[in-house]
Amino acid sequence: MSELRFEQVSVRYGRSTVVDGVSLVVPPGEVVGLVGESGSGKSTLARAAVGLAPLHGGSILLDGEPVPLRGRRRPVQMVFQDPFSSLDPRMTIGASIAEAMPRDLDRSARRVEVARLLELVHLDAARADARPAELSGGQRQRVALARALAARPAVVVADEITSALDVSVQGTVLNLVRELQRELGLSMLFISHNLAVVRYVASYVAVMHRGVVVEQGPAAQVLAEPAEPYTRDLLAAVPGSTLRRSHP
Amino acid sequence: MATTASPGVAWPARTLDARPWLRFGLRRAGRLLVSLWVLLTASFLMTHLIPGDPVRGALGPTAPAELVAAKRTALGLDDPLPVQYLDHLRGVLTGDLGTSLISQVPVSDVIGQRLPATLWLAVLGFAVAVAVAVPVGVAAGVLTRRGHGRRTELAFTGTSVVLGTIPDFLVGVALVYVFGVRLGLLPVAGNDTLSSLVLPVLALAIGPAAILARVLRVEMVRVLQADYIRTARAKRLPARTVHLRHALPNALTAALTLCGLLLGALVAGTVLVENVFAWPGLGSTIVSSILTKDYPVVQGIVLVYGVGVLLVNTLVDVALALLDPRSMIRED
Amino acid sequence: MAGVDGIAGVDAVSDPSRAGRDPRRASRWAGVVRTPLGLAAVVLTLALLVLAVVAPMLWSADASAVDTDDILAGPSAEHWAGTDNLGRDIVLRTLVATRLSIGLALGATAIAVVVGLVLGTAPLLLGRRAGRAVVAGVNVAVAFPGLLLALFFAVVFGVGATGAVLAVGFAGAPSFARLVQTLVAGVAAHDYVSAARVAGVGELRILVRHVLPNIAEPLIVNATIGAGSALLSFAGLSFLGLGVQAPAYDWGRLLFEGVGSLYVNPAAAFAPGAAVLLAGLALNLLGESAAKAVGVASPGELSVAPRRRRAARATPLPGPAEPDPQADAPDLVLDVRDLHVGFPARDGRVEPVRGVTFAVRRGEAVGIVGESGSGKSLTALAVAQLLDDLADVRAERLDVLGEDLTAPGGESRRHHLGTSLAMVFQDPMSSFNPTTRVGAQLAEVARHHQGMGRREAMDRAVDRLAAVRIDDAERRVRQYPHEFSGGMRQRAMIGMGLMGSPELVIADEPTTALDVTVQQQVLDLLQAIRRADDVALVLISHDVTVVGDVCDRVLVMYAGRVVEDLPATGLTTSARHPYTRALVAAVPTMDTDLDRPLTVIPGRPVDPADVPVGCAYAARCPLASDRCRAEDPPLAGDGTAHRVACWHAGDPIDVDPGGRPLAQVEAT
Repeated sequence: MSELRFEQVSVRYGRSTVVDGVSLVVPPGEVVGLVGESGSGKSTLARAAVGLAPLHGGSILLDGEPVPLRGRRRPVQMVFQDPFSSLDPRMTIGASIAEAMPRDLDRSARRVEVARLLELVHLDAARADARPAELSGGQRQRVALARALAARPAVVVADEITSALDVSVQGTVLNLVRELQRELGLSMLFISHNLAVVRYVASYVAVMHRGVVVEQGPAAQVLAEPAEPYTRDLLAAVPGSTLRRSHP
Repeated sequence: MATTASPGVAWPARTLDARPWLRFGLRRAGRLLVSLWVLLTASFLMTHLIPGDPVRGALGPTAPAELVAAKRTALGLDDPLPVQYLDHLRGVLTGDLGTSLISQVPVSDVIGQRLPATLWLAVLGFAVAVAVAVPVGVAAGVLTRRGHGRRTELAFTGTSVVLGTIPDFLVGVALVYVFGVRLGLLPVAGNDTLSSLVLPVLALAIGPAAILARVLRVEMVRVLQADYIRTARAKRLPARTVHLRHALPNALTAALTLCGLLLGALVAGTVLVENVFAWPGLGSTIVSSILTKDYPVVQGIVLVYGVGVLLVNTLVDVALALLDPRSMIRED
Repeated sequence: MAGVDGIAGVDAVSDPSRAGRDPRRASRWAGVVRTPLGLAAVVLTLALLVLAVVAPMLWSADASAVDTDDILAGPSAEHWAGTDNLGRDIVLRTLVATRLSIGLALGATAIAVVVGLVLGTAPLLLGRRAGRAVVAGVNVAVAFPGLLLALFFAVVFGVGATGAVLAVGFAGAPSFARLVQTLVAGVAAHDYVSAARVAGVGELRILVRHVLPNIAEPLIVNATIGAGSALLSFAGLSFLGLGVQAPAYDWGRLLFEGVGSLYVNPAAAFAPGAAVLLAGLALNLLGESAAKAVGVASPGELSVAPRRRRAARATPLPGPAEPDPQADAPDLVLDVRDLHVGFPARDGRVEPVRGVTFAVRRGEAVGIVGESGSGKSLTALAVAQLLDDLADVRAERLDVLGEDLTAPGGESRRHHLGTSLAMVFQDPMSSFNPTTRVGAQLAEVARHHQGMGRREAMDRAVDRLAAVRIDDAERRVRQYPHEFSGGMRQRAMIGMGLMGSPELVIADEPTTALDVTVQQQVLDLLQAIRRADDVALVLISHDVTVVGDVCDRVLVMYAGRVVEDLPATGLTTSARHPYTRALVAAVPTMDTDLDRPLTVIPGRPVDPADVPVGCAYAARCPLASDRCRAEDPPLAGDGTAHRVACWHAGDPIDVDPGGRPLAQVEAT
């Protein structure tokens, strides 16, 4: 179990500051839900954690050490939003998963590991030779999870992983996330614009608005007694929210 | 992506987007200047990349060594390279492009004499191509929109690919044969009368017209499937209005970039067509100058063509920005 | 036009990512020979290649046999295209020249592709700053026409065959570099490349493993077209006397010589001219056909079904369909009975909407929910007559605001619907015309349907923008859509519907593209409009909670049918169809029990091209019996406003689907 710590992290694109001095901790073995609207900087923060967005200031620490962003060993892994874009259409899903594995494994060890990971995400191990086109969106997203796990990560960043899925499939992926997190003791940064989804998965919640984390704390507390007006706005806007249910 | 999709995305960039036209103008001017500099440098390097001594090449192996040496000194070829480079830049900026090695006429005079004929050809050719291609392409697009006219589409695409592939000089040769040799209807050489424009312009225009019409059709078909066309239909506007007011401007926007390329290619095409029709323009001059190794003339004409192409492209960008304001922002 | 490279292949959009999704890659390439044009191109190209190999071996000697007694002769039985100024046979020389002409073109293309690949992939490998410089350089170079560059390089490399190959090759390189850059950027934007980076895969390995395989197809296609262009460029250079020099000869050289004697023997020019043309066309057409075969084809282009003109108007359908129990109400704004929407497909016809019946009363808000592919949006678009002509819409009855849409309509119907039926679409950005100011887009409704003048219509537009709570409407009407924020655009879209006096608003996923706080504003606005003027609302959404929040009544769609029609207040409590119950339970809300797994619906939604017999939901349904798999249940009422299509409606579901182990779920 590892701790991921953002300290005063800033990211700039050109002259615009997208993430502005964010400090956030993902405690060992916990899921932190990061909510916010599009453009709030939440995805950029996630990409910064895996080196896909350049830091302008601050630091990102894994158990006190800077997160390694070069070389083969990458203890922070990411699952992306669009399951149609996150798997190479020309590679079998087995090859995609194996690509993320540590280099020292030989061919047969890789095959065994691919099978184990596929079973872990409840896919038939025999489907390792399938191509992404043969899989549904939900199945692809589970392959993407397996790939992230193949790197034996200490922390997984999940960026809107259910927002491109149909509602009937979304539940499968969310259940799997909870199950994996519980069984493997993963630390996880779970990003979503959907408060109900975050509530279901995360034990801690951070709210981002215009590049800044405006509120964070235990999920139950933030969602039940929001301290910030912006958090209250967000909660009030959730459809079906008791705060504004108004049937004629 | 610099769209102002939501307030959240827009806020950090708002100050930058405050004066898009100024930004656009500065960027465009900057790019034009850099391109001009590249062009000047390239034209300078051209004569220095040629293997062997250009003066010896031009005057021939029999020319006396003293003459070659004198010529080299006169041209400044014995100066250090940086000095030559600065002389070249200074010369171009003051309109001094050197003198022909063969005829001793200042290159700027040669260009001044020949440029108008080429300009006429290019401008008329382009105008004819656009005048034909726009209505044809748009009509074809409407006729072959999704779910319509598969046969029409096949015939149109086939014809336009064939016409667009035939090189202009082949068209030229065919025209010379039909109208000059067989029918004797139109003049096939020189530019003495207005009618002598007909065949060269035709030879130049057919290819670009076919390509432009074809691209316009594809654009129209694509645009007609756009969400905003559905919106226009939801407003229950008549088909004519939907096609002309909503689809056409967007299809043209996309085709405009191509127009720039086509106009550039058309300028280049004049080189071949002028040679077919013995048209006394820059194109026939540059070819004869290359063959006689009259490098100052070649250099000067290359510069003129290059500047022409750069100006065309800048004009297209400005037109694009006027038609579709998003294109200014998209560049960042 | 020999000079314009890099714009060929426009008729087919080659999106490497989309193309890669089709597992049947080989069969797509085989598609080239399935069109007559493609077949012709393949045959011609093969013939050329054979000729290039064989011709010099067979006729080289004869082609250079000088016959001074027979110079510049016209066509004869002995010399089909006559002879040249040394009495050599033109046809033979043209045939022998095939090898040199094709060889030079291929050599130049190879140079262009290699240089283009190096320059094009440089931005990926060199990193941000250096990459940007390369891109800028290529952008300047690509603006120069190929022929001009070729002339420039011909001067530098010297007149002759070698110089010409280098010249044409380098001249073609910028457009290839630009193409490669675009393709690489397209692939690099995909998350799988990011994922590889995150996994610690190096850039060079990413290039080889992920990028190159995914751009290979469009690259090959364009190289083929490029070879055609190179061939023509060569002919141009040789024609100017700047290419191949005597005694060697390619087609351009022969043409150059032939044109000199055009008045004496035109055939001497036409034989090589025809060869150039044929070869250039063959390569171009081959590339174009391949682009079309490999590129993305829209469903319509795959169709083999007979063309249907004017099909978007609903054709009346014989046979009974049980009407909505409300259908007798006097104040209907919408009465749909047995609506079918079909599309031509590879084998016949798919029907994503299969008999939808419902009615909407004045002032009523009806929600239609369903997952992607359920046919909910098609139903809305069919009702609004906004499907394109490919769609085949049939209905027993399709009455919108008193207009019978199964009958042809005229000017008055257009004006009526134009002012009283308002549409709101999912993506407010793409639903506005990007090149026209917002005000003009609103005003044209009033100008066209209400006969207002320019000034008056614009005033109305300002007024309507203000009505949808857009501040500073006077200024906003003069702006372009991209200057609006997402939520503002959607409100402006609603404002456009308010230019007339709408009695029915059809909103198709109006908030899906919006943030949650903005979503609320838009829904509130729709609600306010409805309340103010008793406007009916049809709200299509995939989100049960949104629909439950806004609507009076909810239609649940599955596989092109309405499976349940119930009051919105009863969604969580009195839903009787197992799909509705699962759908409601599958969505986490702020009240979901955190200690239990979410309900999941096993399997996948039905593919409209492959709808099973019986109830379409049977394969995923815990209650499914043999009857369900054999007979499709009708949508039947129970006397109240509640209708349901299920043989086991309301039966208790013993096994909580969420309680099932996931592995078992996947076995279906």
